[in-house]
Amino acid sequence: MISLAGRDIMHSLGKFIFTGMGLGLLIGVTLSMAGIYRGLVDDGKALLDNSGADLWVVQQDTLGPYAESSNIYDNAWRGIRSMPGVARAASVTYFTMQVHKEDQDVRAMVTGIATGDPGTPGWPPYLVAGRQITRDHYEAVADIATGFKLNDRIRIRRNLYTVVGLTRRMVSSGGDPMVFIPLKDAQQEQFLKDNDAIRQQRRRTAENPAFNQPQMPGLLDAIIASQSTNQYVNAVLVQVEAGQDADKVADTIRRWKRLTVFTRAQMEKILIGKLIATSAKQIGMFLVILSIVSAAIVAFIIYTLTLGKIREIAVLKLIGTKNRTIVGLIMQQSIALGVIGFVVGKITATLVMAPIFPKYVLLEPLDSVIGFGVVVMICMISSIIAIRAAMKVDPAEAIGG
Amino acid sequence: MTGKGIRIEGLKKRYGSGDTAVDALTNVNMQVSPGEVVGLIGPSGSGKTTLLKCLGAVIEPTAGRMILGDEIIYEDGWKVNDLRALRRDRIGFIFQAPYLIPFLDVTDNVALLPMLAGKPNAEARSRAIELFKALDVEHRARAMPSQLSGGEQQRVAIARGLVNHPPVILADEPTAPLDSERALAVIRILNNMARKFETAIIVVTHDEKIIPTFKRIYNIRDGVTYEEAGEGRAFT
Repeated sequence: MISLAGRDIMHSLGKFIFTGMGLGLLIGVTLSMAGIYRGLVDDGKALLDNSGADLWVVQQDTLGPYAESSNIYDNAWRGIRSMPGVARAASVTYFTMQVHKEDQDVRAMVTGIATGDPGTPGWPPYLVAGRQITRDHYEAVADIATGFKLNDRIRIRRNLYTVVGLTRRMVSSGGDPMVFIPLKDAQQEQFLKDNDAIRQQRRRTAENPAFNQPQMPGLLDAIIASQSTNQYVNAVLVQVEAGQDADKVADTIRRWKRLTVFTRAQMEKILIGKLIATSAKQIGMFLVILSIVSAAIVAFIIYTLTLGKIREIAVLKLIGTKNRTIVGLIMQQSIALGVIGFVVGKITATLVMAPIFPKYVLLEPLDSVIGFGVVVMICMISSIIAIRAAMKVDPAEAIGG
Repeated sequence: MTGKGIRIEGLKKRYGSGDTAVDALTNVNMQVSPGEVVGLIGPSGSGKTTLLKCLGAVIEPTAGRMILGDEIIYEDGWKVNDLRALRRDRIGFIFQAPYLIPFLDVTDNVALLPMLAGKPNAEARSRAIELFKALDVEHRARAMPSQLSGGEQQRVAIARGLVNHPPVILADEPTAPLDSERALAVIRILNNMARKFETAIIVVTHDEKIIPTFKRIYNIRDGVTYEEAGEGRAFT
């Protein structure tokens, strides 16, 4: 038995392919939306993976350092380091800002990392060019997504930093590329006031009789000095010793240090469940809407194609064609349209859309397989309207009268 | 009746019921023998199309009897279960317009019917080619319907009506879109095919050019058939 659907498609191949391409662009957008969601999740996971931490120690009763603001003393790491089961501990700061290079600026997450050696929690785990930070001040390692190059001079607040190393896929949960600088510099940049504000603060402190007591020389200077330094970091990143249970180590730190500690699983839940939840829901809604629109378009196209064949269907019915052959004709065309649309959509999403999106678009093979299944399912369901129309065709229409 | 062809006895068809009922056919009696081509004529609204639909098992008559070959197919209700199979295997149709499937080539347009009946593709196509030879369209076997002239399309449509060797063919104004010469050619072909395949052919027509060619004519008026002798004029 010949394939009626195949012959019909071949007969009007150009029209069919153009229709499939139109549908493909829509499917491409849908796949890209799914890719953006996966990219968001992957960015979140990359942030956790690249931090090199097993535990995040943050200010009590906060969801820091990524989802909420968190401040703990910068010497807290020493006590944490001495807790049983802790292999390494290091302070870290995070703040998102515009990083300037000449007259351009890039939005980046500036990360202050403690001095140490490669593998220290918070350090970029690998570089694609250059070296890690070796000096205490004014050196930076930047993600290549910032567009910075080795030896570029970048400005963070009032200070200039030299880019000594480049890394890749080091991004914040929002997808902003990271710039690593020494912790001391980061502490200063995070709370650095402008000169007018510093002068005004000093004047107000000096005018306060409680701070400026003639019988206590040096008190005012000490207070002003403490005001101009930042003793806080956002979190302490902890690596547990091999074979140790991270949950147990976390419990110990919570009990003795009165700080909040998150394990990797808890932090992932915070990032994905809270930080990007709204974005994920928004993308999910877009996916649903796009799926409905795709289904409506497929249904309309197939319905229109079927209406154009009413006379042929009447003739086919009159000469004894079984209903299942006619259903097969319509459904196979619908599925073929979906397959063409999916192929075009996948190519468009992979080669055209993903590279031009400013944020990371992760097109997972499994998502493509699921997407293909959904497209085929939508096409089958969408063809029902056309099939109903075809089933209503009276074979007597071929006779006329 | 020799046990083949088609015979209709006292066929009735009523549309609707009660006060709005319309009797489209009140008393139709016909008999067409194998190898015979008869004309079915009548004014508009006389019931020609309704009769054709009843004969084609497309609509169900209200009463009467239809005998196809040796088998009663209708007697106050259908006597066959699968009307599609009946239409596919035992009734051939030729329409006013050829109504060829535009996305199938000429051979597959004709071979589709035996394929639908379960015949192997090769046998179905071989049957089609055999008919094309008889109808002189063999050279167009691989063409698409849109590439054929009107006359060629109608010959392919005739081949489609004949391909399953049905005992009866219903032709609904098959010469309407054709000029005199081609119309007569089509009737000549139908006569030749009727004889060759022992098929009974009923031609519904208004066409004054071809009416004189029939030896027997059924004239239908107000749902009643009247048999008349035709001129049976020889083809020129």
